[in-house]
Amino acid sequence: MLPLELNAVSFAAGDTAIINGITARIEAGPRTIILGPNGAGKSVLMRLCHGLFQPTAGSVNWHGAKNGDVRRRQAMVFQRPVMLRRSALANVMYGLKLAGKSRRECELRAMDVLEVVGLAQHTARAARVLSGGEQQRLALARAWALGPDVLFLDEPTANLDPASTHDIENIINAIHASGTKIIMTTHNLGQARRLGDEILFISNGRLLEHTPIDRFFKEPASPEAAAFIKGELPWH
Amino acid sequence: MALSWRTVMRGTILGLALLGLLQGSNALAQQKFITVASTTSTEQSGLFKHMLPVFEQKTGIQVRVVAQGTGQALDMGRRGDADVVFVHDKVAEEKFVADGFGVQRFEVMYNDFVLVGPKADPAMIAGSKDIVAAYKKIAEAKAPFASRGDKSGTHAAELRLWKTAGVDPASGKGTWYRETGSGMGPTLNTAAGMNAYAFTDRGTWLSFRNRGDLVIVVEGDQRLFNQYGIMLVNPAKHAHVKKDMGQSFVDWVISPEGQKVIADYKIGADQ
Amino acid sequence: MNSLGEAFSAAWRLLAGFDAELAQVVGLSLQVSLAAVVIATLLGLPLGAAIAVERFRGRQTLIVLLNALMGLPPVVVGLLVYLLLSRAGPLGSLGILFTPQAMIIAQAVLITPIIAALSRQTIEDAWREYDEQLRSLGARRITAAMTLIWDTRFSLMTIVLAGFGRAAAEVGAVMIVGGNIDGVTRVMTTAIALETSKGDLPLALGLGIVLITLVVLLNALAAVIREVALRKYG
Repeated sequence: MLPLELNAVSFAAGDTAIINGITARIEAGPRTIILGPNGAGKSVLMRLCHGLFQPTAGSVNWHGAKNGDVRRRQAMVFQRPVMLRRSALANVMYGLKLAGKSRRECELRAMDVLEVVGLAQHTARAARVLSGGEQQRLALARAWALGPDVLFLDEPTANLDPASTHDIENIINAIHASGTKIIMTTHNLGQARRLGDEILFISNGRLLEHTPIDRFFKEPASPEAAAFIKGELPWH
Repeated sequence: MALSWRTVMRGTILGLALLGLLQGSNALAQQKFITVASTTSTEQSGLFKHMLPVFEQKTGIQVRVVAQGTGQALDMGRRGDADVVFVHDKVAEEKFVADGFGVQRFEVMYNDFVLVGPKADPAMIAGSKDIVAAYKKIAEAKAPFASRGDKSGTHAAELRLWKTAGVDPASGKGTWYRETGSGMGPTLNTAAGMNAYAFTDRGTWLSFRNRGDLVIVVEGDQRLFNQYGIMLVNPAKHAHVKKDMGQSFVDWVISPEGQKVIADYKIGADQ
Repeated sequence: MNSLGEAFSAAWRLLAGFDAELAQVVGLSLQVSLAAVVIATLLGLPLGAAIAVERFRGRQTLIVLLNALMGLPPVVVGLLVYLLLSRAGPLGSLGILFTPQAMIIAQAVLITPIIAALSRQTIEDAWREYDEQLRSLGARRITAAMTLIWDTRFSLMTIVLAGFGRAAAEVGAVMIVGGNIDGVTRVMTTAIALETSKGDLPLALGLGIVLITLVVLLNALAAVIREVALRKYG
């Protein structure tokens, strides 16, 4: 499926341009962080890549994969976890059942993944009574269980405390180690440094930089990136 | 989703409801019955509760009475929604038969009308046997009077008497003459509440429990005679009419046996 | 008024004595309204779910119409169904006028819009929360709708209870299409109307007490469901 190619992708809501002509090529391998200030359009860009929105101009192209296939081989974790009103185990099994696996397979795979993310004690509990951190771990488990080629994460720890954030970051690394491509947004510089291999820097709907992480932090090419790294508010 | 207790409960309720529907329709389908259109005064007097079980036991035919105003009951007959019509408006009934909707009109027992009023009797008519004179006095005294005002048989009879008395009750509309636009029972309720005079059939009055301060003030005048008529709805106009069962009901009501049952009720109710 | 007190005690005696006629009337009321709400749910719930998740031209108009139909006056529904089922009407040959079947149909017509409109609202609210996640997981429209129905099951249950309460409490529709026939189509509400107009207040009050108790129980049940659901499932 990778590389993912964005060709002059734009997205406008009414008269406002939220994404403005982004062209990029995202390869398999490195953990990609989409970085930028709030309101830059990171979340919208993620949804365009994942196919939840359609671009109003330009195109999103996956390499060699047919349309139906594409969705099934990706997964996404949102900033706020959306849990179904059923047990933790049932939540993880939901996605697997949609993919057509047998009940037995679903259950086994789900139990495995829940074990890895540390929720083995909670499989029978109602998902919605779990804590924020536990729910986000559950969301990751649910996504990972599907065995996707690409995992999108939209500010996954923005609402979590440091301990939970740490857990989540470990799980993300584990998923990466198992061969899944990670594409994640964050506005947290520290997190970007911990988890990123390459940076796509977005500001005002435009792609300003696409560089490996070390070069980005040492020598940002754009003034906006420089300001962002220094923690200043971006000027329009 | 697993077969949770909730699903089981839901299934049970569904099953019960459908069972109820089917069972209801089964029981009803197997029961022989006829539909009789009659008036609320007749039902409220309790006559049907008294006489129908006798007929049902004798013939096994269930008699289902739909009680409305006379006009509605006759309309039901015209539409073919009833098998038999049993009301008390001779003029309207004769027209019903003349128009071809009824086979033949048979006269049944009579129920008479009475005038009820407050014990205090502001128009000073208590004990009179002259209804027309009583009406004149009520109009002169402008004493409160509750009328059904619903174009029923009773209402028609009331208006005829006002006409005979030479009074136009419309002149008192909104002051002493109050039209309730409803059935006999509700009108009596209103009269009791307002301490007003009211024109009612004896049958309803006898079984009416909410009398307040009201008593019978005028009765026995020949002009208060209230004749009932029973008619089979014409099967020539509506092929589905249950003419055999309907006819057996009509026959029973006008037979000496049926008449005795009805007469017994009146005597019993008089107490 | 003294008669109110007397009527209440007489009513109480009737209830305590488990009067057979009273039981028959109550039983019929429950059967009719229960059957009606089952039919209304089978029709209204899928309709509400479909409108909630689909986007089509005239959708807003349909929603407004559905909400307006919630306020259908029962007596008007009764009149319309009567005209349909009367021998002089299009469905007269069915011969079900003045039977419990006609009453069930009239009440079903009355409460289907309620169930459809309220479930539409509930499912749409849930859909707003779940939409992206469900699409991300690969759920198509119908699967998503069914998932939403299951997830909102507790709210939907209270909607069904509300529909049942409305059916059990109405008198206009069942009076007209049922004819209030003694022993056949007399239900609690029509019996109360009749007994009141006859001035037989104790019986009317007795029935009234049963009816109010039913309504209170339904509401209590709905509250309990909400509580339990929140605590157990979040």
